Amino acid sequence: MTPQQKATLQKLGPFLALLLVCAGLAFMSPDFLSVGNLMNVLRQVSINALIAFGMTLVILLGGIDLSVGSILALASVFTAMMMRAGYDPILATLVGVLSGAVMGCVNGLVVAKGKVAPFIATLGMMTVLRGLSLVFSNGSPITGFQSDFFSMLGGGYLAGLVPIPVVWTLLMFALFWFVLKKTVFGRHVYATGGNAEAAMLSGVKTNRVQIGVYTISGAMAAMAGMVLTSRLNSAQPTAGMGYELDAIAAVVLGGTSLAGGRGWIFGTLVGVLLIGVLNNGLNLLGVSSFYQQVIKGSVILLAVLLDRSGKK
Amino acid sequence: MQIKMSGISKAFGPVKVLEGVDFALQAGEIHALMGENGAGKSTLMKILCGVYQADAGSIEVDGHAVQIRSTTDSEHLGIAIIHQELNLIPQLSVMENMFLAREPRRFGVIDSGRMREEARRWLALVGATQIDPDGEAGKLSIGQQQMVEIAKALSLNAQVLIMDEPTAALTEREIEKLFGIMTDLKAKGVAIVYVSHRMEEIFRICDKISVLRDGQFVGERVIAETGFDEIVRLMVGRELGDRFPKREVEIGAVRLAVSDLADQGNIAGIGFEVRAGEVLGIAGLMGAGRSEILKTLFGVNRRTHGEVSLDGQPLTARTPSQAIAAGVGFVTEDRKSQGLVLGMSVRENATLVHLAQYAHGGVVNGRSESEAVARLVDELHIRTRDAELDVKSLSGGNQQKVVFAKWLAKPPKVLLLDEPTRGVDVGGKAEIYHIINRLAAAGVAIVMVSSELPEVLAMSDRILVMHQGRQAGIFDAASATQETIMTAATGNN
Repeated sequence: MTPQQKATLQKLGPFLALLLVCAGLAFMSPDFLSVGNLMNVLRQVSINALIAFGMTLVILLGGIDLSVGSILALASVFTAMMMRAGYDPILATLVGVLSGAVMGCVNGLVVAKGKVAPFIATLGMMTVLRGLSLVFSNGSPITGFQSDFFSMLGGGYLAGLVPIPVVWTLLMFALFWFVLKKTVFGRHVYATGGNAEAAMLSGVKTNRVQIGVYTISGAMAAMAGMVLTSRLNSAQPTAGMGYELDAIAAVVLGGTSLAGGRGWIFGTLVGVLLIGVLNNGLNLLGVSSFYQQVIKGSVILLAVLLDRSGKK
Repeated sequence: MQIKMSGISKAFGPVKVLEGVDFALQAGEIHALMGENGAGKSTLMKILCGVYQADAGSIEVDGHAVQIRSTTDSEHLGIAIIHQELNLIPQLSVMENMFLAREPRRFGVIDSGRMREEARRWLALVGATQIDPDGEAGKLSIGQQQMVEIAKALSLNAQVLIMDEPTAALTEREIEKLFGIMTDLKAKGVAIVYVSHRMEEIFRICDKISVLRDGQFVGERVIAETGFDEIVRLMVGRELGDRFPKREVEIGAVRLAVSDLADQGNIAGIGFEVRAGEVLGIAGLMGAGRSEILKTLFGVNRRTHGEVSLDGQPLTARTPSQAIAAGVGFVTEDRKSQGLVLGMSVRENATLVHLAQYAHGGVVNGRSESEAVARLVDELHIRTRDAELDVKSLSGGNQQKVVFAKWLAKPPKVLLLDEPTRGVDVGGKAEIYHIINRLAAAGVAIVMVSSELPEVLAMSDRILVMHQGRQAGIFDAASATQETIMTAATGNN
């Protein structure tokens, strides 16, 4: 095997693992491969997928974004409050996503201009934003808004078959793939993550790249919040807790390096699906939720260990 | 101690790095190991230190066959290596570094008193009495850190010392000191393997030279009986022509004019002009502020004073991207940390600076990018099987050519070069000199910082000499000598 072939196989490792898990589950549970169940899995993973796409950019920079769960909650609270106050649902949704972008932008400014380590910067924001969502919602879920448009965001179907959140996820996947592969901005993300000093000395505006990436991550988290709020028909101030970890796990499972500079969006999609399929399969098989955690964690460890041993 | 390595072969996967190499080392000699990058020098030395195991061949120490399976084995035999990248832990003290993992103990607790005493004794042996054993290792100069490494090696009772490019980061004075110590050690019967690209130094300090080319041993020569030309021929396997190719250039109008330039404390009062087609060399000791001039012009360091103009227009760049937009290019000193994104491909690195050239509305046109890269690879003779390979798979000289390629996708008005041939082998150096000459011929104004005096003298039209952050003078390269430059650089006028 040539080194290139080996590298390709390595890169496709997570994908093969996903196929393997799917085959195993199809064998053990006849329901798994039904169209209904597959669509259900896809819809369940769409929230994590949207967050993880943004997280992929952040991790490519060598950063981390712990605040996505809180951004999701606060953006949802904003949108729900606007709708309950009688604003147009489309406008409310746009404002929600935009507010997420603004929160992400603050992360980016603190990291890029304030030179604060991303872990600390976003940990601080995570706490601040969670607190604000409790403040604005008075600590209780916001309900009582009716809108066909908004219900469609999380609950609708395209052609009566494909859930709208899945359509969103696929569109976003295509967009992120394009941006990373084909645009100047994408190249600058890789360069900044790979060697920020060399990138800066080559004229890359590394501060702008960082601020842009955290802004995107915030917007994606807010978008996930719209889907979740639509599904639940209420905005929970405590929503999205721990989501950052699921997203990080998916990105790392997909082969993106936490050190930055290396990774791809397809890997993240595979990582998201792997986690989603495991969740679904273990439920179908009736495994207790306690054991589910043990299994999921072990799979993540195993995948990353295999990835490391291959790179030595 | 005598070492004889015979018929050493080593392959990494399908790649043969060494094939039947012989190398012999006598006690009390300084033996240069030369060869272009990738010739197999460091692999051979790593086999001697037990980092790698040879696939075939034998090693004899004082006539007895030995197996060196680990660095512990080589340590027991008295073989020590001093790496180019020094291995001290900056936060620990000098003595803690010297006795790391073998701290003298009393009742299971570190015996600091004895450790300090021992450290002092070994430091004195290399004439480094001014180094405080309790001082933080990271606060020492590179030269002093090297002394600590040598003292550490001696404290391990090393009879064979392998030094990999030890002078690359030293000042002239530190080099003198190092050579003094090496001569002392030699007199005490220590054998030294000296790996370096600097011919002048090798001919000054070494007794013998062994040359490797493409993983094979091509010859051993006694220094007194050989010369530059023969060694270079052995290394590259062909006549190289002039070491420094001549440049035929019409000097044009002033492109870069600098007056009374200062930054936040490193340099002040710098003034010079560079014309189209001209190369201005900047010489001086380490820390004299040479690189700082380039960094200030490029907007990396903040300019606090002075005027700069480019083709008559004031240059006010405060960031590298502004400097680039104005037509300034900067080949940085350390290609690994500042020049290249090692995890990216040759193509992605080569187009990093001027990617917008191949993009419409932020979307890169893959075809025009690949075509431009193919052109650059061809023009600069970058040897790579495929521009999609990671840039780190290339040899040092070819990596450096990729750094040049970054700036040449769109020719700059002024090109700043910081140690453009550091760590590049002889063949690669000549190619880089050709590139510099071609750029000058195309009317680029070039400012080149270099620590290698023969290079500065041969490649520059004029030479600005720095001394402690100030300009000690500008000399005409045609009439300057190494002595005039060094006199100015050390502040003796």
